[in-house]
Amino acid sequence: MRYLMFVATDPENAPDATGEGTLPIDEWVAKNDAAGTRVMGERIRPAEDATTVRRRDGKVLVTDGPFAESREWIVGFDILECADLDEAISVAAEHPMAASGRLELRPFWPGDQP
Amino acid sequence: MPDVHAALADVVARERLRVVASLIRVFGDWDLADDVFAEATERALRRWPIDGIPANPGAWLTTTARRRAIDVIRRRAVESGKLAEVAMHESQETGEAPAIADDRLRLMFTCCHPALPLEARVALTLRVVVGLSTAALGRVFLASEQTIGKRLQRAKQKIANAGIPYRVPTEQMLPERLDGVLTVVYLIFTEGWAANADGALAEEAIRLGRLLLELLPGSDEARALVALMLMQHARRDARSVDGNLVTLEEQDRGRWDADAIREALALLRSPVRERGSYRIQAEIAAVHASAPRADRTDWPAIVARYDELLWMQPSPVVALNRAVAIGMADGPHAGLAVLDGLARDQRLCGYHPLHAARGELLARAGQPTEAATALARAAELAPTEQERTQIRRRLTSLHPADFG
Repeated sequence: MRYLMFVATDPENAPDATGEGTLPIDEWVAKNDAAGTRVMGERIRPAEDATTVRRRDGKVLVTDGPFAESREWIVGFDILECADLDEAISVAAEHPMAASGRLELRPFWPGDQP
Repeated sequence: MPDVHAALADVVARERLRVVASLIRVFGDWDLADDVFAEATERALRRWPIDGIPANPGAWLTTTARRRAIDVIRRRAVESGKLAEVAMHESQETGEAPAIADDRLRLMFTCCHPALPLEARVALTLRVVVGLSTAALGRVFLASEQTIGKRLQRAKQKIANAGIPYRVPTEQMLPERLDGVLTVVYLIFTEGWAANADGALAEEAIRLGRLLLELLPGSDEARALVALMLMQHARRDARSVDGNLVTLEEQDRGRWDADAIREALALLRSPVRERGSYRIQAEIAAVHASAPRADRTDWPAIVARYDELLWMQPSPVVALNRAVAIGMADGPHAGLAVLDGLARDQRLCGYHPLHAARGELLARAGQPTEAATALARAAELAPTEQERTQIRRRLTSLHPADFG
């Protein structure tokens, strides 16, 4: 199964400064690339560099900023390829941002399902 | 053949969970598993009076349900043009899967997966593992059958969509996940204990606990939870007399279920490497259960265990129970001092046991007026009429003359 993993900050909860159980990001990437559990991933620029695009009444509306105003920032993402949710949870739990921020796992919607 | 109904009821009670759990593993479809099992029991009702009760009725139900499931899947495959899936299920059907882990255990871990909302975990466990009907679940949750049906459907969808696996967690995840399963079992127990007087849910929870212990005999927390539930359930007859709640202190200990307590104490005698929170709670219950009279309770032993429990899981409720125990061990003033510190906790100010405990300690300290104020506040906040009645009874028993 494929999951989109959002990597986000967690302003409401204190980070675990020890980072126990997580890997440095380079090691995490290398390990999951080798295991085939990470398809790709990137850091992304902050919300202030975001652009929102809509099309209404035949016009393209472009606005500055993200579509949701929130204190939480999505700072990156990874696409995971895992056998099931438990494997994805294990992979996510080793990401350094699991200790300093939070991760959200969203399963891909399979193409053959309405 | 007059005994067909009885024989079937018996085999369903014993085998339903095992059969349904294995159908879910093979076919990956929860509703299908449920449906074909129901159809197999209906078929048994028709066939057994004619053919006789099979030598192995459980195996008969399994085979019948599996064949029926394959029929359903074949029909669906023809409709959607996916015959390859049928071939896969058929090959799985002929070769029995190696029973590395019991299917019942897989099912329990999946129902209690932390990616599901807690209420859904409880509802799924009661529906699929215990086998309660949606109507019965509606009575437990005080919700309509339709609402419960939707909640269950939503949970099953999430299991499929999010890829929640049907297996026992890896060794690394096991302690945490098992803790989640135990939480659900204990929640079923405590809810059953508080909500319905017949204690049927509490008994189901104890049965679930025993099953977990049978499947994971190395888990001391599962063992301790069974012991804890047995000891609390042992007090059911003494706890409520003529519809009135009776406090632990005032209970007629002769009405405690001595066999259940003996069994619980025996469970706690098995050696343990690292004591978890259920072990400590069970030890506290064991101190109470072992006291021949309320005034011979070893309160210092209880305080010591609450100290440990508070360190392990700092919660305001544990802190409150510890304060009460200190009041019993070291005198009401010591207890009140701790309690006053807790009363500043926002989470506790609307919690009626805090005010009830304060009232009790103030009464013991010879301050009936202050005690009455605290008890009146507790009665105001108590959620059930039974509890309000109990507190008001205590309130009317406060006569200033009693406190020389």
